[in-house]
Amino acid sequence: MGAMPIVSPGFTGRARRPDPSLPPGQYLTEDFPVLSAGPTPRIARENWEFVITTETGQRRTWTWPQLVALPTRTVTVDLHCVTKWSKLATTWRGVALDTLVEGVDTAADFVLVYSYGGYTTNLPLEDLLDGKAWIAFEYEGEPLEPEHGGPARLLVPHLYLWKSAKWVRGMRLSLEDEPGFWESVGYHDYGDPWREQRYQGD
Amino acid sequence: MSTAHHDGNALAGPLREVFAVDLTTAVLRCPDCGRRGAVASLRVYLDAPGLVARCPGCDAVTLRLVSAPGRTWLDIRGPVEIALAPEARAAGE
Amino acid sequence: MAAVTEVRAETSTARTVVLDVPDWPGHLPGQHVDVRLTAPDGYTAQRSYSIASATDATRVELTVQRADGGEVSPYLTEILDVGYPLELRGPVGGWFVWRPDAAAPVLLVAGGSGIVPLMAMIRTRGSSGSRVPFRLVYSVRSPADVYYADELRRRVRDDAGLDVAFAYTRAAPDAVPVGRVSPETLSAHGWPATFEPACFVCGPTGFVEAMADTLVGLGHAPGLIRTERFGGDP
Repeated sequence: MGAMPIVSPGFTGRARRPDPSLPPGQYLTEDFPVLSAGPTPRIARENWEFVITTETGQRRTWTWPQLVALPTRTVTVDLHCVTKWSKLATTWRGVALDTLVEGVDTAADFVLVYSYGGYTTNLPLEDLLDGKAWIAFEYEGEPLEPEHGGPARLLVPHLYLWKSAKWVRGMRLSLEDEPGFWESVGYHDYGDPWREQRYQGD
Repeated sequence: MSTAHHDGNALAGPLREVFAVDLTTAVLRCPDCGRRGAVASLRVYLDAPGLVARCPGCDAVTLRLVSAPGRTWLDIRGPVEIALAPEARAAGE
Repeated sequence: MAAVTEVRAETSTARTVVLDVPDWPGHLPGQHVDVRLTAPDGYTAQRSYSIASATDATRVELTVQRADGGEVSPYLTEILDVGYPLELRGPVGGWFVWRPDAAAPVLLVAGGSGIVPLMAMIRTRGSSGSRVPFRLVYSVRSPADVYYADELRRRVRDDAGLDVAFAYTRAAPDAVPVGRVSPETLSAHGWPATFEPACFVCGPTGFVEAMADTLVGLGHAPGLIRTERFGGDP
């Protein structure tokens, strides 16, 4: 379209406001937008599993009962989506990645997270540790709905929300950083909202 | 927010920013199931950080488009046949 | 950049916006435009809208349905007014189009706001003097939801070769049954598959896919059926 957008008189858009406490370019939202790149996977808990595969091919697997028997944390975090909406103070319950990675023997620096339905995203392993990430299965006290990533999703709120893979199924540890679904078509490999790292080269 | 998909007609505008011809009539062959069909018939998901188009037969991702200020990334999987006939151009070209 | 020259209500929740677009290259019926709105702080929202009018110099009409919870349609149906600017990209789309020099009879199947691009085809048929026979099957929730009601009546009367049948899915006029478009409806009010009509189906995604499946079931070749999906239910 034209180079200089003309303001549309009287247009304010979805209820939102910029807020200086938000990362640059973000707007505050009260609802919880559903963004999806495909049909919503429907996974029964009795078929669900989470797999960690190391760079040497070693695997550790958890079934649903095994996952929910682990120590869990309830956390309240802010979410920042690359499409510019932010939602503050959301409450989740899940298992910390520290708990799952503990005892896994690896020299890997990077992770490719993958989901039911084929979605993938990449990030450094250290960004999943030290209390920075969870496999979350409850949102606001209720079981996580499929449209928001249930039965379980990755939650890594210090990065843009596309890194918090919905319908998470496993992760492959790797010495190399392999771009995931959005990273391979322009989105940033790291994705720090505070440095506004939306696209490659930002 | 609607979760029902759209179709590839919704790609006409974004692809027009990249290509000089209308691509919704181009025939794409799905690399996974082999289905051949017009880009206009793909299942398109608009509510995402980018546009995603999937094969209506097997749901395989066949096209992805991300628009950033001054840059566009495009990934098309599978061979695409584009007929550069007058009918493929937008009206008035 | 377009400017609004007229607005008129089609129903209590849908409005036609008439635009003057300098340097408009003309369009084929079925094509659409991408409308972009910009707020003072730079926030933007964009949606696609089918062109409702036949091509006519710099004049372009859009008919917009107000979607509950929508971001662009409430602005276009309630705030936009005569004299306002509107940023458009288009016309775009080369698949879901009807060309007046195509000889095959035409079947149009509309679900709700899906009537808009099909009305552009009907209007183009009229303005081009085409004698290609057209049949429209138009599914709405109730009579109050019909767009272009008076114009459709007039065209059935005056544009020889146009037939229109309605399906009312929630509330119907007296003595008319309530119900969805069935295979029998398309059989009775459409064209036989042996006529090899060009079929255009437009509306919500679920409606379009059901209608396309029904047409294939009635023997229409999939290659003769063109579809445009508007996403979720209106």
